[in-house]
Amino acid sequence: MIWNSMSDFWHMGGYGLYVWGSVGVSVVVLVWEQVALKKRTEAILRSLRRRARAEKMDRELA
Amino acid sequence: MSAVRPPIAAAAQPRAGVHPMKALMAVLRRDLLLAMRRKAEVLTALFFFLIVSSLFPLGIGPEPALLRKIGPGVLWVGALLATMLGLQRMFYSDHLDGTLEQMVLSSAPLPLLVTGKVIAHWLVSGLPVVVLAPVLGLQFDLDAGALWILTLGLLIGTPVLSLIGAVGAALTLGVRGGGALLSLLVLPLYIPTLIFGAGAVQAHLSGQGAAGHLSLLGALLALALFFVPWATTAALRISLE
Amino acid sequence: MSHRLINWFKLSSPYSFYPLAGRMIPWFWALTAVFGVIGLYVGFFVAPTDATQGDSYRIIFIHVPASWLSMFIYIIMAFWAGMGMAFNTRLSSMWALSLAPTGALMAFLSLWTGALWGKPTWGTWWVWDARLTSELILLFLYLGFMALHAAIDEPRRADRAAAVLALVGVVNVPIIYFSVKWWNTLHQGSSVSLTKAPSMAQTMLWGMLLMALCFWMYSIAAALKRLRAIILEREAHTDWVLRLPEATA
Repeated sequence: MIWNSMSDFWHMGGYGLYVWGSVGVSVVVLVWEQVALKKRTEAILRSLRRRARAEKMDRELA
Repeated sequence: MSAVRPPIAAAAQPRAGVHPMKALMAVLRRDLLLAMRRKAEVLTALFFFLIVSSLFPLGIGPEPALLRKIGPGVLWVGALLATMLGLQRMFYSDHLDGTLEQMVLSSAPLPLLVTGKVIAHWLVSGLPVVVLAPVLGLQFDLDAGALWILTLGLLIGTPVLSLIGAVGAALTLGVRGGGALLSLLVLPLYIPTLIFGAGAVQAHLSGQGAAGHLSLLGALLALALFFVPWATTAALRISLE
Repeated sequence: MSHRLINWFKLSSPYSFYPLAGRMIPWFWALTAVFGVIGLYVGFFVAPTDATQGDSYRIIFIHVPASWLSMFIYIIMAFWAGMGMAFNTRLSSMWALSLAPTGALMAFLSLWTGALWGKPTWGTWWVWDARLTSELILLFLYLGFMALHAAIDEPRRADRAAAVLALVGVVNVPIIYFSVKWWNTLHQGSSVSLTKAPSMAQTMLWGMLLMALCFWMYSIAAALKRLRAIILEREAHTDWVLRLPEATA
């Protein structure tokens, strides 16, 4: 193990802000991408389901 | 069985009519005529180049040493922007009145017609920049040698800008947000030309000689002349279907 | 046809590929996790502190993979866009469209981490070194591709126009990189270069490679998920989509 203590790890030899700023933003960006994708998928599925319900009602009333 | 040619084969015979170069000249002449009828549009781009080049010293300060440093870059960026202003003109009005479709359908090779249009665009948007640049270069305290390299670079480079711009104009034909979108598409592709063109003057000023840069500009021109007509043709066919 | 031969062409229809993509995604996520855990472990717990740059160099375990992926994805995107145009296969163009946003995000991450690496190393938030500048231009190329596609209403025309743009872009990328490198080396004043990274210890190299694999697997997983959404959106009128269980619940 190259770190003497947990606080050394977070400190990153004084460069903690830069290293964790990079890691942090990367995680945020990639998580955001997944969230946005989930929302996009939900949106299209919702609209498809709405359409299925509408067609079902049309058929039942016909 | 007599040699009765089916209609399609007959139509595919080279027509006794238009020689391809004549078609190019016809398109070139027509575009020039149309541009002359709308002088205001043409002159606007030129005045834009003038004003933008003057804005930078106003924004940065009149110190000659500094101006000499930024001059080539500023003038090249001005040339880029002035060229871009006129790009929409290349295809749009012909598209509106149906002439473009006629060109696409005609028997003359479309890449050649496109080349004619690009030459017209350059004559109207690029060549004036080349002529004005040495004069504007004086504003930036550039010496005669630097002005010569600047002008030569612009002479080789502005056709490249018109060529690359043609692809962008064809792709964004009739598309929403055309002008801004065209800039977004085309400006990254302009960057090598900018780097070699402005770099040539800076290399000259620092004593290294501009030969390398100018040769690279020449190479870009050769590449663009070879590929752009085909790419633009493909883009036009896509935009017009 | 022998039952041992896979009919590859069957896979080029959205109908066939949609369920296959769905089955592939978890596998790519698993690979992402495996490579990520090992890569981050090597990068943050095994690779030693650098003599000159201290621990700030560890940013390369994200910066370099993001850069590689942004360039790799652009080429793949242009390839599939070209395939879609040449063979008129809708799925190829949809795949190119799925890759674009992920590639653009990789380019953005490369720029962001590059800036954060540049600040402690060179003192400024932005250095105009050849790699970072080319990366910025690559981001513009991605944005242009996405903007052009979004601006054209008719999907097939949008696919083809964006394909021409991507192909023109891919030809230009080496030219742009060369010109920027030229520009950078001539201005000797700014001889900073992120490529002059610490001469790599073995462990550093391994960490970078593992993280690159992690990002690669992630990109495929993300793009596959986007592809499935695009397929649903574009094929919404077809029978098979309307009969999907998730579309009728």
